[in-house]
Amino acid sequence: MYKIKVHVYLKENILDPQGKAVTNALHQLGFNEVQTVRVGKYFQLFTDNVDDIESRIKSMCQKLLVNEVIEDVDFTIENAA
Amino acid sequence: MKVAVLVFPGSNCDQDMLGAWQLMPEVECQYVFHSESSLEGFDVVAVPGGFSYGDYLRCGAIARFSPVMKALQEFAESGKPVIGVCNGFQILLEAGLLEGALLRNEGLSFICRPEKLRVVNKHSMFTSAYAENQILEIPIAHGEGNYYCDAETYARLKSNGQILFEYEHNPNGSFMNIAGICNSKGNVLGMMPHPERVVESLLGGTDGLPLFHSILNFCQHKTA
Repeated sequence: MYKIKVHVYLKENILDPQGKAVTNALHQLGFNEVQTVRVGKYFQLFTDNVDDIESRIKSMCQKLLVNEVIEDVDFTIENAA
Repeated sequence: MKVAVLVFPGSNCDQDMLGAWQLMPEVECQYVFHSESSLEGFDVVAVPGGFSYGDYLRCGAIARFSPVMKALQEFAESGKPVIGVCNGFQILLEAGLLEGALLRNEGLSFICRPEKLRVVNKHSMFTSAYAENQILEIPIAHGEGNYYCDAETYARLKSNGQILFEYEHNPNGSFMNIAGICNSKGNVLGMMPHPERVVESLLGGTDGLPLFHSILNFCQHKTA
């Protein structure tokens, strides 16, 4: 079994109001060392079949998991057996 | 004239949209379920607001793969009018029928209130019954209506006259106050404000009505 970790996050130049709200909340709690928070999404995909998997994940991202207008993505493939 | 109002699981402005069209005696309007694969015989398609598929993943991201969306792509390519309101706008963007994306509102709140809009371009099949620069009051009701596009796309939208509506007082952080845009061909409109909610004075206003009349005029001229 393989575990694919897909991280999706807003592009750098795009404002993240959610991240800003979390930053403010952390500051209120006294965690002032945090300068910026960016909130993203994390998908875990599980599969036994890793044939051509890199290009298939890219296709999944492009077609569904990621809106390329506003989001960037990276992923890793781990052996989860 | 026949109008289709698409219905997805989670659509909740479909009845208002149907009701708005039905105010015009020339129009025969009916629901088309997301699982249908044909839009044959229709002259206009309206994609209503709501929370299709619970807004899971991203607003409109799942609805875009409904069987009816393939038919909608072909319908749009044929040049016939398509209007998407609120979640309908989000679906059209996810489907690639319009350019840009909608982000979370800048203030994070869901905003539900009347907003003042300006008609930026009245030379479209959606706005011909308005006056240029006419100020309208049309309600918005969304949490993710913060329109974004890159500078290059904006320049293109602007020079092609694809920006049809702008907010007078930007409620949600939308880039350059954009409230509604159309595609380069001019037959697909997406907007966050709800024109179908202001079509009877009893319900608070009629500023949405000319939009429906504009589309009707366009269709009648075409067939005349």
